[in-house]
Amino acid sequence: MSPNTLEMFRYFVIFIILIFISGVYCILMSFNLVRALIGLEILIKAVTLLIILVGYLCGQSALAQAIVLTLIVIEIVVMVVAGGVVLWAFRFNKTIDPRRLSNLRG
Amino acid sequence: MTLNLILLFVLLLTVIWTVMTIRLVHAVVGLAVTSAILAAIMYRLGSPLAAVFELSVCSGLISVIFITTVSFTQRLSKERLLIRRRERLLRFLYLPLIIIVVGILLVKYLRIPQFNLPYFTGPEDPRSVLWNLRHLDLLGQAVILIAGVFGVVVFFKEDNK
Repeated sequence: MSPNTLEMFRYFVIFIILIFISGVYCILMSFNLVRALIGLEILIKAVTLLIILVGYLCGQSALAQAIVLTLIVIEIVVMVVAGGVVLWAFRFNKTIDPRRLSNLRG
Repeated sequence: MTLNLILLFVLLLTVIWTVMTIRLVHAVVGLAVTSAILAAIMYRLGSPLAAVFELSVCSGLISVIFITTVSFTQRLSKERLLIRRRERLLRFLYLPLIIIVVGILLVKYLRIPQFNLPYFTGPEDPRSVLWNLRHLDLLGQAVILIAGVFGVVVFFKEDNK
């Protein structure tokens, strides 16, 4: 790998790590289910960027794009179903604060 | 390279804003802007089809889903909103600090050793990759979409009682 490409890879990896940290922080520190979903979305964005970057560096953008398309389809389905779960939680408990969702506690 | 760095920096800023903003609708808008910037980076990295998907689906459709979910939930009263703001400010105050410290440490100490990337040869068109090489992915997508449709029917149906 040429020094320029290696430097580019390094900067991208640094930003991907920082975006990942933001997503994990959002999931851990939020007391709101919608915000936890937003944190999950941010994590997925970081992974998407990593896949596209590696595809670009390996000269396999086509394969990377095919994988990212699959990832986006899964992401959409997860978000729709999770949105439904949040609405159900709100309908039964009148809150989306995970600390107050104690119905399933054994 | 410089434009990529600027885009990455703006991407990080929008992510931090999305996480730290108080109102949920603002966070959803921040997420849409994040997706749009990510789409621009993807386009610059030679992935136009994935960029278009990211822009239309993640920036558009997911924002609609989130705004629909937020609109169904209850608005906080003014007193609780004030209390919540103070709580959130205390909890999320550390994020920019963590990002700055970790960023400086990574810039200073992260060294990636020289290595040779594997160079594959295959179709240049993502459509031919998807239809000719990744059959199992397509099957998985179909199954997941069907599961998603069932999920939507179950979770969003009206209670007739």
